[in-house]
Parts: sequence; C-alpha cells; structure tokens
Amino acid sequence: MRRLITVAIIFLVASVAQAAEIHPPAQTVAGNPITIASSGSGDATFYLIGPASASKRQVQAGSDIAVDSDQIEHAGRYVAILCASDGCASSSFFVNAAAPNRLSLLVHPSRVPVGSANGISTVAFVFDNFHNLVLKPDSIKFSVQPKGGNEVSADRESKDGIAWVRLTSAKKEGPTKLGAAIGHANEIRVVQQVAADACNLRIKASRAKNDYLIETDPVRDCSGNPVPDGTVVSFTMTDSAGKTTVDVPIKRGVAKIEMSIKGRARVTVASGVVTGNELEVSGG
Amino acid sequence: MKRGLPIFIVTVTAVLIVMAWFQSGGAERREMRSASTPDQAVRLMLSQIQARNYDAAYARLANRSDVDKNAFTREFAGSYSSLLTYASLESFDVWGLHSGDQEASVRAKLHYSTAVGPLDDIRDMKVEKAGDSWKVFWPVNTAAKLPPQVIPVNYLRWDVIQRGASDDWGVQNVDSPQVRIISMNAIQRPDSVVLVGEVVNEDSVPAYVNVGATLLDSRESEIAQESSFDKIAHTLLPKQVTPYRIDFPNMRLEKVKKVRMDVKALLVAASADPVIEVSQQKVETDPLGKKILSGQLLNQSGEVVNIPHVIAAYYDSNGKVIWVSDGYVAQALLPQVPVPFAVDVPPDIAKNVQTYRVVVNHYETNSQT
Repeated sequence: MRRLITVAIIFLVASVAQAAEIHPPAQTVAGNPITIASSGSGDATFYLIGPASASKRQVQAGSDIAVDSDQIEHAGRYVAILCASDGCASSSFFVNAAAPNRLSLLVHPSRVPVGSANGISTVAFVFDNFHNLVLKPDSIKFSVQPKGGNEVSADRESKDGIAWVRLTSAKKEGPTKLGAAIGHANEIRVVQQVAADACNLRIKASRAKNDYLIETDPVRDCSGNPVPDGTVVSFTMTDSAGKTTVDVPIKRGVAKIEMSIKGRARVTVASGVVTGNELEVSGG
Repeated sequence: MKRGLPIFIVTVTAVLIVMAWFQSGGAERREMRSASTPDQAVRLMLSQIQARNYDAAYARLANRSDVDKNAFTREFAGSYSSLLTYASLESFDVWGLHSGDQEASVRAKLHYSTAVGPLDDIRDMKVEKAGDSWKVFWPVNTAAKLPPQVIPVNYLRWDVIQRGASDDWGVQNVDSPQVRIISMNAIQRPDSVVLVGEVVNEDSVPAYVNVGATLLDSRESEIAQESSFDKIAHTLLPKQVTPYRIDFPNMRLEKVKKVRMDVKALLVAASADPVIEVSQQKVETDPLGKKILSGQLLNQSGEVVNIPHVIAAYYDSNGKVIWVSDGYVAQALLPQVPVPFAVDVPPDIAKNVQTYRVVVNHYETNSQT
C-alpha cells in the first residue's frame, strides 16, 4: 500500500512538473532491450513501472537510459518516470508480445465414446517465450493422428490469442493424437476413444463339472468395437433356491461365471443400463 | 481427624469396587454360577463372553469335546480383521422357546457395538441338563475349510497418474469419470424423508462416487442437505450400478417443493477383484417376525474380504426403486467360503416389493487400491 501511494505521488508530481523530459519508444517488443532518451542535467532517479514489476535506479539526466531486456518481458503499458532536482517527467509506452513460440493446448474430454459428433474440443492459447498471450492473429496448425492412421491437419487463425476446433470421434476405438503447432511450439495430447455401450449383449450356457458355465459372446458396441476389459456385466439367475446375482468384469472380451443351478432356472444379463437375452436352464 | 481421612478413603474405595462389580455383571454371574434354569445357562455364558472371558464361556458348554475352543472364541471375537474384531458385546436379551425336563431351546439376541454402528445377532441355542445344572449345547461348526491352494487372479487393475504440480498450465489432466443418476424416488417415512435411487458409472474407468441432495421449499430456500454416506457402493467399476439412499431425519415431504441432486465422481485407482456372488436371495420372515432379505455371499477371489457390506435395492412392479437397505456382515469373507447375510425390509415396503438387487461393498485391510 505504501509503495502504491509512493508511486502515485511520484506519478502526480511528474505530471505537474515538466522540467526534465524522457522519450521512450511508443511501442516495443517484449524481451528486447530499449534505450530511452532524456533531457536535463545532473543526477536523477529513473522509475520504470510495468504491469508486473516496478524498478528504480539512479541515472544521469540528459543521457540515454538503457532498459535491459529482462525488465520488459511482460506485455502491457509501462510508465517511465525521471525525477531530477528540478522536478519529474513521465512518459508511457507499450510492450507487445513477442513472436508466438508457446502453446497451451486444452483438449477435452480425455476419454470419449466412439462416434460422438463434435465430442472433442481442442483449444489452443498462443503465447510468446515470456508467457505473454499473443493477440496478433496467426495461423495455427491443428492435426489429428489416429492409431495406425495417417495424420490429417488443418490451419486455423487465432483470434485474440485463441484458436479452436471441434472434432467428431472416430468409429474405431483406440487412442488418437491431437496436435497444435505454431513457431517452435508443437503440443500433442492423447484422447482415448472408447467403445460405447454394449450392443446385442448375449449369453450362452454350457455344462462345467458340477455347475453351469454362463458366458457372454464377445461384448461389443454397436460399431463392433470390443467393450473394454474391466467393464462390469451383471448376471442374475433365479431358481428354486432364490435369486443369485454376480457382477463380473469383462476379461479378454467376455464375461463368464460358473453357477450352481437346481431345477429350472432363468438367467439374465445386463451391463449398465443395457440388458441382454434371457436363458432358461435346467439343472440337476 | 487423623484417622478419619484414611477411613473415609478406604470406605469410598470399597463402595466403588462394589459398584464396579455390580456394573460388570459380577452379581449376576455369581447368582447364575449354578445355572439352575436354561435361561440362566445362556445368560451366564453370554455374560462371560461380554466380559471377554472366553475360557469360562467355553467351560459352560455341554459338548466341549466336539467344539474347538478357538473356533468358539472366533465366533464372538471375530477373525481376519472382520467387523467383530472391532466390536464388543454391549448387551443381550434371552428368552425361552421351548422347555423340557432334560432339554430346552433358548433364543438370544446379541447387541454388538461396532466401529460402524450397532449390530444385532439372533441365535437359537439348545440347552441340556447335566446333573443339577444346565449347559449350552453349542452347534458344531461344519463349514468347509478351504484347502491350501493357489488361486490365480488376473482381473484388471486401474492406476491413475494425475497431472503433476510442476506441469505447465494447459497440460491435459485425466477427466473425472462420467456417472449418472438413473433413478430417484422420494419417500415419506414415519420419522423422515428418504431419497432412494440408483447411479451408474457410464465411463470406461473406475469412479469413486458420492451422492448428495438438497431439499428446497416453495421459496426455493434450502431446508436440508444430506449425503448418501455409507448407503452406497462408493467405488464403481465401468458400467456398474449402485443403489443409494439419503435420509433426512425429522422432515416432512409436504414441506419439500424441489430436490437438488448432486453426484460427485472422482477418478480412483481400483481393482476388479474381488468378485462376490450373492446367492439364495429371498425375502422372508425372520424368527422375530420381521421381514428380511436374506442370502449368501461367496467370495470367488483369492483375497480375504475383511468387512463385507450389503446394499439392497427393492423395486415395485413398475421397476421403480421403492427402498434401499443395507447391513454390515460380522464375518470376513474367506475365499470360496459362503457366509449368510440378512438385511431388514420395512413391512409396509415388503408387501410392494416385486424384485430386488444386491450389491456388495468390500473393505480390505490389505487392499492395494
């Protein structure tokens, strides 16, 4: 707070007193050193107030004041103030972002069911080397490389530092690489395209030792993609002894369970909200 | 005055000792040492179990030669980090069912205090007269023992690597799982409003799920907020469905204009193991005349499930969830060894139950997830 008040007072005094003068360039580029010409004579104090930093040092009024590159890395409005014995003078200038050289690529979601129209959102934020958002329009190359497929790319022009594309997930499950490139920056994200809900879920029964082996056909979605291992399939068997339920994860594409069946039994299957066929089985 | 203080201290100490003796059931134990009735025999044995004096309780059995002492102790003290190992027998009720000259049947309702709340156990015991006193005839444990063997388990496990703190802004994180509430039903119970329903994990990764609800009145102001707490299977594998129940005590449904549901899902490391079969499920009436859903749990994997927790959803003829009840099972689930379970069903709900579905939560002390 004290610092803010000091800066405000200096700024106020500088705007009133016009004894010494400084002449910075109207605009410059982040990270480039500049020289600010000044008038007047004698010892003076030079203040540089930027969007993210403020500095103070002793200079000689009337000489050129060198501003190092690391003092103007942040884009935005800077105020240069020179205070000599006869008063203060100030002048403002703008530092623009440097050339695009970094990208922040946000891809959502990280997992998407196959065949989801516009299901993948890819947003790229363009930055320079100093993390300044580059507002000047520039061309960004977006690319998609499905597993085992050829890369497809398209250019999009950034607007206010942002460019985006929406993509429809493929019909085939598997990881796909989404990339965006500008300057030396080339960011890649991986989106897992996963099988959708099980489709045409079917079970069959066969004798196994003393029990019945109930197993599904290979569980696939409606596009023929195998539903991932670990997905739960619920078997329900109702016989004279009561009801039996088992939640079994799919392993190597199928879910199976051994059940002891007494008399006539009805076996049903479901996975999530999808139901499959029913079996009538006669046990011993 | 010099003698007064020591006499006072000795008297107070003696009174406290006598009070503690009465409090711990010492008088009762002394009175029943002879067990002149069948009820007394059971009471004496249970009071010794309550005092964790299993040797003395075992000595009260009529068929000691047939009953293994360690197995008898495990029935009450628990084993394999089961719920009974975190419990104590708080009280018990005993009443006679049938009484003869030489033989009698006695029913005991044991009230345990456990780490997850109260747990009741009903046992019917046969009591025999031996000389002048009565002794409990303990049923011999005929449960099959699992022979030493290797059970190969190759179910999936999911591990999660989250975005690190040092990663740059915009580095992609793994998304939270997609879960969905597939049904919700608000029910007025005598002393509460209860929300029941089901949640499905629609994603291809495991999810840690919790369901919360906020009740709003006619002015859309919040009047109560609760969560499903332990009345839900929190860890859901892909496409797994769990029932949930949220209780709002001392609430009337007439006050509620709107319900705001909130389901939260976190991506967690999980294992598809163990698989637990729930067999012989049926709604029946227990010996006390209460409606229960009973059945049997069978751990099909090779890992011991220390504390099983059964959650049951009940559906009416339209397939709507009309109730959810749950119960912890006192015994651990050893591989391939069936363990019975029972959960209460309110009588007014039981008459409308068309079908039901049971899921089993499991807690393992050596769990890797």
